[in-house]
Amino acid sequence: MTPLTPERVEERLRERFPGVPFRRQEGEAVRDHTLYLPAERLVEVCTFLRDDPELDFAMLSWIAGVDNLPREPRFEVVYGLLSLSHPRRVHLKIELAGEQPRVPTVIGVWPTADWLERETYDFYGIEFTGHPDLRRILLPEDWVGWPLRKDSPLGYEEVAFTHNTPERIKPSPELRKLQPKKVKYRAH
Amino acid sequence: MTLNMGPQHPSTHGVLRVALELDGETVVKARPIVGYLHTGMEKQAEYKTYTQSIPQTDRMDYLAPMSNNLAFCLAAEKLLGIEVPPRVQAIRVLLTELTRISSHCMWLGTHALDIGAMTVFFWAFREREKVLSIYEHVCGARLTASYFRVGGLAMDIPEGFLDRCRTFVDEMPAHVDEYEAMLTKNPIWLARTRGVAILSARDAVALGATGPILRGSGVQYDLRKAQPYSGYETYDFEIPVRTSGDAYDRYLVRVEEMRQATRICDQAIRRLEELGPGDYRLRDFKYVLPPKEEVKTSMEALIHHFKIVAHGFFPPVGEAYQAIEAPKGELGFYFVSDGTPRPWRMKVRSPSFVNMQTLSVMVEGRLVADVITAIGSLDIVLGEIDR
Repeated sequence: MTPLTPERVEERLRERFPGVPFRRQEGEAVRDHTLYLPAERLVEVCTFLRDDPELDFAMLSWIAGVDNLPREPRFEVVYGLLSLSHPRRVHLKIELAGEQPRVPTVIGVWPTADWLERETYDFYGIEFTGHPDLRRILLPEDWVGWPLRKDSPLGYEEVAFTHNTPERIKPSPELRKLQPKKVKYRAH
Repeated sequence: MTLNMGPQHPSTHGVLRVALELDGETVVKARPIVGYLHTGMEKQAEYKTYTQSIPQTDRMDYLAPMSNNLAFCLAAEKLLGIEVPPRVQAIRVLLTELTRISSHCMWLGTHALDIGAMTVFFWAFREREKVLSIYEHVCGARLTASYFRVGGLAMDIPEGFLDRCRTFVDEMPAHVDEYEAMLTKNPIWLARTRGVAILSARDAVALGATGPILRGSGVQYDLRKAQPYSGYETYDFEIPVRTSGDAYDRYLVRVEEMRQATRICDQAIRRLEELGPGDYRLRDFKYVLPPKEEVKTSMEALIHHFKIVAHGFFPPVGEAYQAIEAPKGELGFYFVSDGTPRPWRMKVRSPSFVNMQTLSVMVEGRLVADVITAIGSLDIVLGEIDR
């Protein structure tokens, strides 16, 4: 089998999807082969990458979110694809604008995306539409905020006082009755 | 009935919790719940220089600290576009293969202990202890090594180090035979592991499993052969593959990997003996600390030293992903750099996190007792899953 070059991957994709604006990431130190593509074509491109016998990207190795604040579009989702037979890697990148980014799930293409997408959702609040079980995975269920966003506050948490505590966790009136009464001290 | 196994169950190897839906003793649905050890390492890395993040990596897979160091340093080196000298590569290969042996010893001991074979645990820990002493000799720490640096090593290997490794490598194959004598034909071991926790090759690939789990399911894929790094292409070793995908085959794959690791160690030691003393880091002082002697005598070296210690090094704007074959599978680091001394984004692709997903496929429809075997044969480390 001839070695699969990055150029060949791009060529195959452009043949199969003539209308999709694939864009190769250029840069001084972009060390891997990375292709930008629009979010709405992601699933079909991924399915093709997996099923095409020449490309054969059978494994999704990892998914990473990136927050490029203050640049626009702000978010990126990177998919690290791996072809076991060649062996060759290619990265796919989706750019997402706005505060509530959405991208279709690839769980139907690679079941491993289940946890990988949940992790990215957990850290960045990127919604993977169509994911059957999109919950937090590493952080506690009641965590507020998206910690890996660049505008997520670092420490300096507000201290809980009566005026900023929600009703549900204030002590009940019954509990207050149990508190010790004030004792008046008498001087001897 | 729903049963919570963990997070304090001894056979979950840390703080894994598995919510099991049971019908009698049969598992209907198994849902692993992780995150109890999450410490936000990826976020922390964005506020540290590259060198400052190396000690963090020790704490991910704390049973294989050198492998984590290597993956981190190789990814940073790929980003910088530098390559370390052959002597450093050989030292790195030697230490990461020793790490593989130590990690597999730990796995074998605890896995056997979970299933009820106690002696193996003591025997395997005896050898792990020797590897930890070698760590201590080379860098002063037994668990959190932090020995590799971007562009080289923290310090040179000490005197007598290679002899010590040689002694260990020479005696290790006999110890592996001992473990095998205890288990490979043991009827109880066979009954508990053969045909248990089966993962087909198709499922393994679809679920992204790597390392011995993938190879135990019949897929011959090892990053040391497939996408070699650190000069692995120049070493002579084999990749063990088994086809049935059960816990027993994963056991055989790992045991054989221990033997192959000693072969690689042996070649690395020979190579180091031939090379003799030499540089233990790259002489590119934009990224690597200059030797202390030069700092005392050369103005430029002093400036480089000061700049690297005070700011850290400045990588180019770009990004890089580099993966290695860690004892547990593909361990990769993805860096996005904005040209400052701190990574804009560090993503860890940890093998245990991805491998953990295969648990449900392995145990659904099987007995509760098999869950223990399945978790043991997965060889997970929660520090790496939760990060």
